[in-house]
Formats: sequence, C-alpha cells, structure tokens
Amino acid sequence: MDVLMLSRLQFAAATFFHFLFVPLTLGLSILVAIMETKYVRSGDEEYKRMAKFWGKLFLINFAVGVVTGITLEFQFGTNWSRYSAYVGDIFGSLLAVEATVAFFLESTFLAVWVFGWKRLSPKAHAACIWLVAIASNVSAYWILAANSFMQNPVGYVIRNGRAELDDFLAIITQKWAVLEFLHTVSGAYVLAAFFVMGISAWHLLRNNETRFFKNSFRYAAVMALIFSVFLAINGDFSGKEVAEKQPAKLAAMESHWDTVKGAPMYLLAWPDPENERNSIEAIPVPGALSFLAFGTFDAEVKGLKDFPKEDRPPVLLSFISFRVMVGLGTLFIFLAAWAWLKRKDPQASPLLMRLLPWIIPLPYLANEMGWTLAEVGRQPWIVYGLMRTADAVSPIAVSQVGTTLVAFILVYGLLGLAAFFLLFKYARKGPEPLRVASAAPAGKEVAHA
Amino acid sequence: MLESIWFVLWGVLWIIYFVLDGFDLGLGALMPALAKNDQEKRIIYNSMGPFWDGNEVWLITAGGVTFAAFPGTYAVMFSSLYSALMLLLFALILRGVSFELRGKVDSPAWKSIWDICLFVGSFAPALLLGVAFANIFAGIPIDKDGVYHGTLFTLLNPYGLAGGLLFLVMFCVHGALWLVIKSGGDIGQDLNQRAQAMAAKLWYAELVLAVVFLIATWFATDLYNNYLAMPLMFVVPLLAVASLLGIRFMMAKGAWVKAWVSSAVFIASAALFGVLGLYPRLLPSSLDPAASMTISNSASSPLTLKIMLGVALVMVPVVIIYQAWVYKHFSHKIHAEDLAYEEAY
Repeated sequence: MDVLMLSRLQFAAATFFHFLFVPLTLGLSILVAIMETKYVRSGDEEYKRMAKFWGKLFLINFAVGVVTGITLEFQFGTNWSRYSAYVGDIFGSLLAVEATVAFFLESTFLAVWVFGWKRLSPKAHAACIWLVAIASNVSAYWILAANSFMQNPVGYVIRNGRAELDDFLAIITQKWAVLEFLHTVSGAYVLAAFFVMGISAWHLLRNNETRFFKNSFRYAAVMALIFSVFLAINGDFSGKEVAEKQPAKLAAMESHWDTVKGAPMYLLAWPDPENERNSIEAIPVPGALSFLAFGTFDAEVKGLKDFPKEDRPPVLLSFISFRVMVGLGTLFIFLAAWAWLKRKDPQASPLLMRLLPWIIPLPYLANEMGWTLAEVGRQPWIVYGLMRTADAVSPIAVSQVGTTLVAFILVYGLLGLAAFFLLFKYARKGPEPLRVASAAPAGKEVAHA
Repeated sequence: MLESIWFVLWGVLWIIYFVLDGFDLGLGALMPALAKNDQEKRIIYNSMGPFWDGNEVWLITAGGVTFAAFPGTYAVMFSSLYSALMLLLFALILRGVSFELRGKVDSPAWKSIWDICLFVGSFAPALLLGVAFANIFAGIPIDKDGVYHGTLFTLLNPYGLAGGLLFLVMFCVHGALWLVIKSGGDIGQDLNQRAQAMAAKLWYAELVLAVVFLIATWFATDLYNNYLAMPLMFVVPLLAVASLLGIRFMMAKGAWVKAWVSSAVFIASAALFGVLGLYPRLLPSSLDPAASMTISNSASSPLTLKIMLGVALVMVPVVIIYQAWVYKHFSHKIHAEDLAYEEAY
C-alpha cells in the first residue's frame, strides 16, 4: 500500500475511534446539566446523585474522547501537509478559533466541575457543567464548519497558489454548516438518550433504584423523541443540500446509475459497481428519489454514469452507510415514541426494558455510518471540487505511516477496551448509595487548618 | 508587520504551554522517583488534578495557531517531524487517560499500568519537545519543496539531545517545586521533603545543562546573529540566567511559591531566547537557507491574520483570567480529606 492509502486508513481509524466518544460527550453533558439544575432548584438529593452517576460515565467517556481529539488536529500537518498548506488559511483558522473559544472553556471548567463539588456553591457548580455542555457544542460547530468547507467550499479565492480567505462569515454561516451541525448534534443527543435509556432499562428490569432510573429514563425518553424526529426532518433538508451541492455523492449513496427524470427509489437494491448497474432492484417507489432530492416527483436526477469515473465516490460503501443510517434513524423514531409513551411507568413494559439495553450500540453505528457517508461520499475530493485527496498527502515514507497505523490500531484498540470495560462496569454498578454526609449544606469553602 | 505580530504571538503561546504543562509533565516524569506508596502517588495525581487538562489545551492552541497563522510552516514542520510528533501524541494520549482511569479499578496491577503510562507519557513529551525545538533552532534538512531528508534519528544529534535533556530537567525542577507547594498538608510530609531535596539536586543539573545549551547554541545555530545585531535583546538570556539563580536563592529561603515563579520565568525566558533568535524564520533549513520556512513565505493571508488576531487578543486574555481563577481556587495543599473526596483521582 502507498502513503495515500495508509494515511487514509489511519485518518479513518483515528476519526472513527474519536467519534465513538464525541456524541456521548455532546449529549450527556446536557442531560447531566439538566439533572444538576433540577437538584439546585429542588434541593432533592436524588437529582444530585443522578448528576454524579451519569457524570461519572460522562467523565470516563470524555477522557478518551479528549485525548484522541488531539491527534486529529496534528494529523492534518503530519499526514496531509499539502492539504494543510493549500487550505490552512481557512481551515487552520477555524480549528484555532475552536481551541481558543470553546475547547479551553470545556477542559478548564470540566476540571472545576469534577473537583468543585464541595468548593463551589451549588449554583456555581451547576453553571460549570452548563459551560462544559455549551462549550462542547460550540466546539462542535467550529469543527463542523471546518468540515463543511471541505464538503462545500465557499468564501475563498484562489490566490498565491492556494485557497485564501475571502469571506469569513460566509464560511461559518453557510447552509451546509448549519445543517451539518444540527444533524451531527441531534445524532449525538439521540445516542446519549438511548445510552441513558438503555442503562436505566437494565436497572429497572432488576428493580434497582427504581425512582432514580425512572427519572433518568423520563428525561432521556423526551430527548430521544424530540431529536430522533428532528433528525429525520433535518436529514431531508441535508439530502436536498447534497443533491444540489454534491450530485455525485447523491448518486453513489442511492446507487443511481442512469440520469432520468422522475427517478424512482428501490426499497431493495444492491449495487454492482463493476458493471455499472444494480444487481438487485426491487419494490420501486415511483419518483421518490426525485422527490427526496429536489422536492418534485419529475425532477431529473443525474446518474453515476454521467460522472467521469475518476470523479465517482466508492459506490458500495456510500450506499451501505446511507441505508444503514436511514434505517436505524427510522427505527429510533419508533423506539423513542414507544419509550416516550411509557415514560411515566417504563417498568409496565418489560419487553421494552429488555430491548433497550441491546439498542445502545445502534446509535453508535448510525453516527459512524453518517460520517462514513459524509467522508467516503466526498471522495475523490478532500475539498469538494477543489483539491483531490491524492494531491493532499504529505511527502513522507511508507514505513512511517505503516508503523503509526499499526500503533494507532494497537493503542486505540486497548484504550477502547479499557474505556468500554469501565463504562460497562460503572453502568452496571449503579449509583452510589446516598451518603449522610452529602446531605450537609454544600457550597461553603472548606477551610483548612 | 502583521506577520511579525503573529510570530511573537506564536512564540508566546508555545511559551505559555511550556510554563503550564511543564510542571505537570515534569511531575509525571518524577513520580517513580518521588512517590513510595499509593497515597503519595495519589497526592501527585491530585496535585495536578484540576489543572493538567486546561494546560494541555495550550498545546492544541499553539498547534492550531501554527496552522492558522503559518500554514506553510505547520505543513512542513509537522510532516518533517512526523515520527517525533507521533511519539509525542501517543505519549500524551496514554498520559491523559491515566488520570481518569487509574482509580477506577481497585487493583494494584491496574493502577501500576496507568502509573507507567503517566511516567512514560510525561517523560517522553518533555524530552521530545526539547529535541524538537532544539532542532528547530538549529535547522533541519528540508528542501525547497518542504520535503524532509532525514529520519527520526537525524533529530537525535548532540544538540537536539542537549535540548531534550534541558527541557526534561527544566520541567522536572518545575514539577518538583509544584509538588512542594501542593503537598505536606496533614499528609505527605515525607513526599514534600523528597520533592524539596529533588528540586535542590536537579537544580545543579539544570544549571549545567543551561550553560552547555547556551554555549552549544553558539556553535550549532545562528540564533545569536539576531542578538549581535540588536544587543539590547541580550536582556532575555540575562533574564534566564537571573531567574535560574533566583530559583536557587528562593529554594534556600524556603520560599517555594517564589521559587516556582522563578522556574516559570526561567522556562519562559529560555524558550523566548530561542524564539527571538529564530526570527523571522519559523523553521530554518539546514540544507539551504533559501528553503527555510519564514514568516513571509508561510504566513496566512492578511485577512485571516487580522481576524485571528482579533480572536486571539480577546480570547487569550479571557482564558488566562479564568484559568488564573482556577489556579487561585485550587492552589491549596492536598489534605487527607481531598484524597477521601469522591471525585478525587
């Protein structure tokens, strides 16, 4: 394999692994903040225990998320130096703003939150976790604005042999960025909600801490329903944006080969890229693809055959990732609605309680599939229409990238095992019993002799 | 002008990173030598507890600003130093998770895994940062296309290693002094004594290495050219010498906070000495001076530099203010009740 392929694999491994931890950070921080706010307002210790229990899982997850994020920023320079030099004027500044505006806030105040239960007033302490939640979501916006520039470059001019900034506001407010942000964070909230529901259901089935887990379940069920429905609506807008801005990605994710008006959608299909056709095409919904892509049933949808071969993304991977994502997203709406209906007395539905713990991995899969579609479907471009991935890679040795790729797989593999082992262990263990000492009024500085 | 301002800011951000993360990297590297039992190890972990993550963000910011302000340099520097940087990143990954994961399983074997990660993950970055910056000062073999003609071992030349050792010892002294400040409440008096003795001992090594490095810099680099052209700038190395002596003086008086501040000033002035000598280059080429990455051939467009300057001038002081608040709020000595605290490391 060459440096290009190895670097792509390495970046894919590093981002996929990183993104196993990001969505829970984005979603669970908000749930914990809501729980702690409820504690501050009501004084009910139960909600403090909730914030602490879910907070502990949040912290284990956050630790791995944060350290694996650092390598991503540096990999643009180590492995994609030509890309970095070409678009750094724009891309680099978005990452730098992310660090100064959001990441500092997130890291600093998370530490204050961890160490500050007794040193801060309850209100100030709850404010810390809100800062963490807001900062991590703001951080996501800047990162996704940077990714949106790769997906749909705007606000630049080609000058001095590189892409230079022309309109900063256009870059950070473009429709693509807003849609991508909303899609990503809603996907994250759905993941966090199913995580909380799954663990709560596991305990409710065993009659552990029923009040505690019923309350947790209720919050999560509301979050799951709101955002799984929102995701579908947003997904429709995103699909139309893809159809307009990245027609090749649309054709690949639908495995749509021939340009036609009134393009149907096949509920059952399987691509055969070698022969430029689908080996299975069954149950057509007439005009559905045209409608989903352009809002009218007779719109023309450009097929893959009308794109030069060197401009087509990998069809099979784009197709599978899209179908899996959409299929799971649909499933989440039904499950979330079911859970929402049962939110007052979830134990009355043992089937749901037995099912939900097994659902936990599915939003993870859906999130990763979404990124697979976004990134693989953008190929062969690193910046759509502007720079090819093959032109972006660093002039480094195969042996260097080969070595680090193996190291990434080993280190991340072990780290992943450790992290999920601990999440599992602490999720099963349940919340700490209420301590009498913690009922004492919190908030005053602890004086030292 | 804009490029020069950004050059200074670039240097300042790296310097803040060295000063802040320096003490927790040094302390991690010293842990096996200082801590004799689990309680002492926990005092060390918790003395860095509320700070280390916020400190490390300065590295992200320094890296991010290199990317934003000097993308050409970022591209060539990071791809040239590929292996060294990857080692640094893996080390920081293992180190970062060790704080959170160590106490999560009640088993000595589990804990010792993360103790090793903390040690290696602190020792290696301290050394590697020094090796990297010494090589940046001296120049590395890059050609006009920004292609690096060397390997990881090219960087391990005598001057690079001298830089690595200097950083390591500098950070260790900084870390030992931090531990003296944070330990010795109602527990950990022995640890406190050991940290004092360690700082005092290592100071001599720091002195020797600093002198060796200053002299070697004369022969291995052309950093002094800027100083000879503008002798007023010798204030910076003089400040380094004065603050280095200041550490010793304050230690002898038992003024540990002041000794730590002197150490911070020493790290800052030593790094500034190198950065000012580099100007206007960010990454000199040892093959051909014309192939060096400079502020003029690698800077971002004026528009990007202006916008980023606005962001930096507002946000960096804000960050410094809230981080200072955190330091002030958590600067107390570690007591038994801090270790008994549910969320403690």
